[in-house]
Amino acid sequence: MFVPSITNPIGDFVRDIVPRLAEYLPASIQSDTLNSIVAFLVNALICVIAVCAVNIGSAPILIYMERKVCAHVQCRLGPMRLGWHGTIQTIADVLKMLFKEVYAPSGADKLMFYLAPLIVLIAPFIVCALIPFGRNLVVADVSMGIPLIIAVNGFGVLGILLGGWSSNNKYSLLGALRSGAQMISYEISFAMILLFVVMISGSTNLMSITMGQEGTILDWWIFKIPVLGFIAFILFFISSTAEMNRAPFDIAEAEQELTGGYHTEYNGTPFAMFYLAEYIALVTNSALAVTCFLGGFLPPCIGIAAVDNYLNMVPGVIWFFAKVYFMIWCYMMVRWTFVRPRVDQLMDFEWKFLLPVNLVLLVAGAAYIVVFN
Amino acid sequence: MSEYIILSIFLFLGAFIAAAATITGLLLGYRTKKTKNKMAPYECGMETIGNARIQFKVGYYLFALLFLVFDIEALFLFPVMMNFKEIMAGHTALSPTIVIVDLVIFIAILVSGLAYAWKKGILKWE
Repeated sequence: MFVPSITNPIGDFVRDIVPRLAEYLPASIQSDTLNSIVAFLVNALICVIAVCAVNIGSAPILIYMERKVCAHVQCRLGPMRLGWHGTIQTIADVLKMLFKEVYAPSGADKLMFYLAPLIVLIAPFIVCALIPFGRNLVVADVSMGIPLIIAVNGFGVLGILLGGWSSNNKYSLLGALRSGAQMISYEISFAMILLFVVMISGSTNLMSITMGQEGTILDWWIFKIPVLGFIAFILFFISSTAEMNRAPFDIAEAEQELTGGYHTEYNGTPFAMFYLAEYIALVTNSALAVTCFLGGFLPPCIGIAAVDNYLNMVPGVIWFFAKVYFMIWCYMMVRWTFVRPRVDQLMDFEWKFLLPVNLVLLVAGAAYIVVFN
Repeated sequence: MSEYIILSIFLFLGAFIAAAATITGLLLGYRTKKTKNKMAPYECGMETIGNARIQFKVGYYLFALLFLVFDIEALFLFPVMMNFKEIMAGHTALSPTIVIVDLVIFIAILVSGLAYAWKKGILKWE
């Protein structure tokens, strides 16, 4: 019989405690198989709670951060009234959102209308389960990590198209179609950059991609392959910004042209789900960039033992989140400093610039490996 | 195997959270009478003209086709790229030269496809 196994460090604790608890059960139903299945389920539950806490907990923090960054870029103060420097503002906003009326406009396809936010939220949670947050600290350490991420990223487009089409609103439909065209186009360069990472690291498993960067800061993939790594990182940054529909590539929402884009007709909690999906995608994409290019949970060692010892004392999770928040800060600064391109410029940029550059990068990377390996 | 069981739990996790939030919103939400004006699509303050599900230009469909080609290309390249270092180091039974020639042919076919689409004007957005 198939017995599920546990690989993450929390599992050791669970594996230890479940048989002890099982002793209180009647002897007739006690068995090792049952113990390990229960341990597996308990461990899965802990993983689910942890990922939910990271994802849903980070959304209010990110919204607050975004409002503050935006405000300071524009020489304002941002939210200041509620709590110290407006820290409770976003929690109040979330509470307000819960008590808003939820309804579908007349003529909307009700089933599809309520299904769309469900589909949008699937992808970010799966990606979050694949990313290593620390040494051994990963929910599902699968060997096909990166192809799986590319595969589930397609779900987001489906949800957005469904939401826009079912709303019975021309602006929604226009926003959804633009967004669909944009997301599938940039998904190609997204996949190509990850292909480059797979080529130079020789693995599709995210844990071994991270471990391949062990050493000093110069061993991170962004610096290890001179120039090419940095170009790949910049291309990844551009295509993931477009992938997330964030400004400057937010033509799907372009509030000056399309009122609100695909979620114009949504209100209350379903709207909040689109918003949540957007911010979780920000976390997961930053985490992916950190894992693939910036050394993941490894500390930024500089090769001097005295300094490195102190850096190694800090747990990997803290390094990981420090890097992730640095990446998120970069995405936010880009959002509030660049202007939005037109639709045709955006598509031209992908098909006539990014894609050829990606192919050249791939060939150059292959040549680098052939010459220096 | 057990990793994929956890992943299948996560497959439903996002949908479950969204469903729970929607139901909470439906239960807790403030409710007002559903008047005709409230339920009307939010467009320009005037009555909507015609159906919202308009026919749309075929250009989007062509982009989707191109996407399909290139995404599948990326998926086909993954197994090769994963072992690229090892093949080049000569640790496998494959000859490095043949692999490189195959890759060049494979990518050249795709690039010619892109060039054809470009020349045909499919990539031009109007």
